[in-house]
Amino acid sequence: MNASEAAVRDRLTRALRERGDEIADRWVQLQRERAAIDIGEGELREEADSLIVLLGGALNNSEHGMESVVDAHHDLRDAVMELSLRRERSGANPTATSLAILALKDAVLEAVQRDNLDPREMFPAALMINRLLDEAAALSFSAYVERREEIIQRQSRQLLEMSTPVVHLWRQILAVPLIGTLDTARTQVVMENLLQSIQTHEARVAIIDITGVPTVDTAVAQHLMQTVNAVRLMGADCFISGVRPSIAQTIAQLGIDLSTILTRATLADALAAAVEMTGQESPTAGAPTNR
Amino acid sequence: MTDSRPMDVPIIRLGDVLVTGLINELDDKAATAFAEELTERIAAERAKGVLIDISRLEIIDSFVARTLTELSTMARLLGARVIVAGMRPPVAITLAELGLQLAGVETALNAEQGMVALGWRHAPRPPEGGNRRETLG
Repeated sequence: MNASEAAVRDRLTRALRERGDEIADRWVQLQRERAAIDIGEGELREEADSLIVLLGGALNNSEHGMESVVDAHHDLRDAVMELSLRRERSGANPTATSLAILALKDAVLEAVQRDNLDPREMFPAALMINRLLDEAAALSFSAYVERREEIIQRQSRQLLEMSTPVVHLWRQILAVPLIGTLDTARTQVVMENLLQSIQTHEARVAIIDITGVPTVDTAVAQHLMQTVNAVRLMGADCFISGVRPSIAQTIAQLGIDLSTILTRATLADALAAAVEMTGQESPTAGAPTNR
Repeated sequence: MTDSRPMDVPIIRLGDVLVTGLINELDDKAATAFAEELTERIAAERAKGVLIDISRLEIIDSFVARTLTELSTMARLLGARVIVAGMRPPVAITLAELGLQLAGVETALNAEQGMVALGWRHAPRPPEGGNRRETLG
């Protein structure tokens, strides 16, 4: 850090400390003018006060260069993220939040100007404020995105858990009604649940019902084959039921080879076949049952 | 090569079925030794079936998978049927994802069902309730 930068930094720190109230007032005012923010004035003011104190503290600490002031000071970083999350909860969009943080530039610059600064010093000061608050605004944006990402992940996890029940349909027969498209992650969950249930129930036949699967393309077929193979490795047999006529057509047209897989049109057919299959092999199977 | 000690894996004969199990991961030498001993036993004891329990194996790599496939081919050539029993769910998932289907290898959920598939019957169960104790005692 060279001498003039240190001087500017020092100057800014002083302005933030001595004119903190002024800056906070102006910032709150600017935010209310520019960004439609649905937060009470008292709360905004409180937020502004603490952020300005933290900014001043971060600038005063000359250990870190200007490149990553916000990143290096955890309390400041946390304050910015907290601010962003609070706005997100109150329904502000990320643009409004960034604009609100960027408005602090104006407030600080105006305050510095009031100190009758030498114009030659004014430019580096403006640059420094720009860098500092740009970083803060970018951080607020990424905090917003992270939060949203987290929500999306939680929801897809819930969806995953919800959508793959394993039903104990009959003695030694399990069924998995699949709903929605099969991707790699879901296949994994379906396989895990199904194989685990096969082990606990000592099931001999598993039926995968794809009535609720809208389309079967090569990727979905690949995932189905994988599941069937895993079930076979466990020593159980696997039926696929709920193949609708349109799906049968697609499979044939795409040339997907499902010839090694037992398929049935409906779950009822598959159940009947599965019962027969287990009945044939069971030691009690004497005379064929009348049906 | 000096290690002429037999495998640590016991091979037990039950009627015309040989029962064995894999416990640790197999290395090259152990797999060869196991195959050798198993084939000799099949021939010597005229076994009609072989049950290999793998419920203790937590990892099956492509090498073990190939060994299992080869074992069942060898046994079939000697007139015995091999059933691999008790594969754990995570192992099955990994094999399926790797595309290793153990083609030609018969599987069973556990050793008991494997034995049933090889022609063994459940012993008639003692009826539940009152006279159960007598039967046990």
